[in-house]
Amino acid sequence: MTMDIELTVNGEHVRESVEPRMSLADFLRERLQLTGTHLGCEMGACGACLVLLSGKPVHACLVLAVQAAGETVETIEGLSESGAIADLQAAFHDRNALQCGFCTTGMMVNAHALLGDNPAPERAEIRDALSGNYCRCTGYEAIVDAIDATARKRASDVEAPA
Amino acid sequence: MTLQDTNTAAARAPHIGQAHRRQTARRHLAGRGRFVSDIVLPRMLHAAFVRSPMARGRILEIDTRDAEQSPGVVRVFTARDLNPSCKPWTGTLDHFATMVSAPQNILAEEEVLWAGHPVAMVLARTRAEAEDACELVMLDIEEGEACVDGHAALTGDAPRAAPGLDSNLCFQTVLETMAVDAAFAGAAHVVEGDFTFGRHTAVTLEPRSVVADFDAASEQLTVHHGTQTPYQFQDIYARHFGLAESRVRVIAPDIGGSFGMKLHLYNEEMATVAASLKLGRPVKFVADRLESFVSDIHARDHKVSARMALDAEGTILAMEVDDMTQIGAFSTYPRTSVAEGNQVVRLMGAPYRMPDYRGRLSVVFQNKVQTSQYRAVGHPIACAVTEALVDKAAARLGLDPFEIRARNVVPDDAYPFVSATGYSFEKLSHEACLAKLRELMDYDALRAEQAALRERGIYRGIGIAPFVEITNPGAAFYGVGGARISAQDGAVVRLTPSGEVQCAISVTEQGQGTETIISQIVADQLGVAPEQVKVTTGDTDTTPSGGATWACRGAGIGGETALRAGRKLQGQILALAGQILQSDPADLALADGHVVDAQSGTRRMPLAEIGRIATYRPDTLPEGADNSLTAAEHFAPSGYPFDFTNGIQASLVEVDVETGIVRLLKHWVVEDCGRIINPLLVDEQIRGGVVQGLGPALFEECLYDETGQMTNASLADYLVPMACEMPDIVIGHVETPTNDTILGAKGVGEAGTAAAGAAALNAVNDALSPFKAEIRQTPMTPLRILAALGHV
Repeated sequence: MTMDIELTVNGEHVRESVEPRMSLADFLRERLQLTGTHLGCEMGACGACLVLLSGKPVHACLVLAVQAAGETVETIEGLSESGAIADLQAAFHDRNALQCGFCTTGMMVNAHALLGDNPAPERAEIRDALSGNYCRCTGYEAIVDAIDATARKRASDVEAPA
Repeated sequence: MTLQDTNTAAARAPHIGQAHRRQTARRHLAGRGRFVSDIVLPRMLHAAFVRSPMARGRILEIDTRDAEQSPGVVRVFTARDLNPSCKPWTGTLDHFATMVSAPQNILAEEEVLWAGHPVAMVLARTRAEAEDACELVMLDIEEGEACVDGHAALTGDAPRAAPGLDSNLCFQTVLETMAVDAAFAGAAHVVEGDFTFGRHTAVTLEPRSVVADFDAASEQLTVHHGTQTPYQFQDIYARHFGLAESRVRVIAPDIGGSFGMKLHLYNEEMATVAASLKLGRPVKFVADRLESFVSDIHARDHKVSARMALDAEGTILAMEVDDMTQIGAFSTYPRTSVAEGNQVVRLMGAPYRMPDYRGRLSVVFQNKVQTSQYRAVGHPIACAVTEALVDKAAARLGLDPFEIRARNVVPDDAYPFVSATGYSFEKLSHEACLAKLRELMDYDALRAEQAALRERGIYRGIGIAPFVEITNPGAAFYGVGGARISAQDGAVVRLTPSGEVQCAISVTEQGQGTETIISQIVADQLGVAPEQVKVTTGDTDTTPSGGATWACRGAGIGGETALRAGRKLQGQILALAGQILQSDPADLALADGHVVDAQSGTRRMPLAEIGRIATYRPDTLPEGADNSLTAAEHFAPSGYPFDFTNGIQASLVEVDVETGIVRLLKHWVVEDCGRIINPLLVDEQIRGGVVQGLGPALFEECLYDETGQMTNASLADYLVPMACEMPDIVIGHVETPTNDTILGAKGVGEAGTAAAGAAALNAVNDALSPFKAEIRQTPMTPLRILAALGHV
């Protein structure tokens, strides 16, 4: 049995027929070839599969594709191509806040959501916000630094006269 | 200019030593990484495995009929189908004399030997359909008695962990100096302790992944494999499946973490290759997290009894150590499961002048997942045991932890030095590191703060741990034992027709920045910017054969290989330029993308012009001129068998003595990895390594019940270190380049992991010292700390 779903992914209208059991993560990766959404645990513990569902970060492994019907989904590919996270990407690059890159896309989605909710987080708040994003390579400090630097840069850009 | 008379690297090196960013990181930031788990090929099938539910048993029947009828299923294989195509593998090496291990093959044949042992393989159009069908495979297994505990497994009447074993002892060795008993007999002080180091596992965020693609028409096997050692797997697939090496291509694209775990041979990868060979179509296997926990190698699992003898002034006279390590039912292939314990007993007391030593190692089979090499092989155990005893001795003698170490480390002017365990150290810098750490952490102020807080019932602890790390191994590591594991690496560097540079090299990239440092090194030899050097890695068809990435050899061995290849090409370019410019090549040099006058730096011609003439107008060159703009070089370390590095770490913790919860407040590392090629990347290697050492010190443990079932085999139950629990890590450096190479670089990838746990263990015990409590087991869980305090 399959179900027809329509949704908006990275600004594009998508219509597909899916099995009800297909996760949003598998749908994005396998049907739409949006392989920037990664799977690390498939039980909502590692954060590698975070995407924005109607603007809120969700574990794409815990959401069924059919639950996203009628909604908007943004993945790392969409956030990257729209320029929405260009400064975060630059800060991660400058600070070497990624190694193997597998957790990175989920980290970016979460960091983007965090700075949307809390434009000036303390370091402890950043660490707390990342508590659902597992990274085996970096030891986290560079990631915290990069998010902190982005927040400060955004704040100073707002204050500075154009 | 010739290869011999080039100036030192430092003098000619505008990019070596600079904090260049990783260009390849930008793909990952945009979601454009290409991991094996992303690869989809036409007609590709997906594999899933039926695994043994019990640790030990005899297979009575496997009924696959229902599974074969399940939607989407193409084939179901058992041992009878796949194992005959594969020559069995045995995880022994000649230089570990007397070691034994049973031969292994792809799927369990008559017996299952650990909970998770693959028994059947289902191939279907999707992974979900393959998993559905796995549920329909009927396994009838008669449960047997499993060996779970290593000490019990060594008793005479214990059941054997695998068929064909005379005993459960895989390997035993004793290292000893002549006077060790006399040293203990004459000692003023002897301190001792029994230590337990839990099993943990790599938990790379990308699980093990492989896509095998056999094209029967061209008899070509291509394996896209998430591994750090593609050449090793090319050799294994060729030999074990009877294929010509040239017909096997292994490609390692982006790898989502490896840390040693992905260089071992696994049943599932061999099954995937065997299935593709049989079906003539691509087969993909990506482990899910649950099966990663019961099939990826585990690490450590040691029980150590140790004692240390000291004279009245606190001089360490000797150590005696007995390490029993438990490795699963087989020794891993092709590196064995003995290397870890071997390094444990050889690294004991490594920072110290300690003249005498006895170390006994027993490697024991049991019915659990195999253990083997993982980041910082053996180091954390040796370091934790040694440093815990040093702290204990300091307390006994009333010495400060810095003072007792200052009295005992090998002095910086005492090199070369041979350790009691037989390691030869070219030049280390313990005294400089000790002094630098003390200043970096403001030790005296921390002690004052600790004392003040104790008055208020807040229990902080400070722990320090010097370490020695093994890097840049030569053939002594594996090659002499008969393993087909390369100690050398190779690089091909070429100047393109446009005057840019490409370097194909055998060392591989897993995010540590290998490609970036290689571009920096090559750039400096050819007078270009690193961005103009395109580095290719991880493909056995397009790069020269070599050892790739393990045991911290990327910078020291790979970097030296790239340097030598770059210099060779430099010589070729200058020779050609000399002929074009009618100049003596010795008067020319390369800088800023040009051939320049060596003395004045005046530009003589762009590299692009060399490329253009050599490629499109060789007819204009003088007769006999060599227009070759490609240079190949291979390099194997010689001189010292390993380049040892050293450093020291410190941990500041706060222990809640009511709950047993440890908070990591801060961590410091002073590290000496020789010449630093890229300080940005070195520091992040250290930080990542530290956290991989702190995880098992406090959280990570593969828990088993008495029947051999792993009871926390999911990422919801197995605790990994997360951002909110980890401290900021302050890093300092001392640079002592090795004289064995032109580059002078040593390794750094394992330094953080080597001593972080030891520092944390000493810090927790320092915090517990007012209660006369001590903990000698990792991970230091709240329950274990409460038990140490006598609260439970």
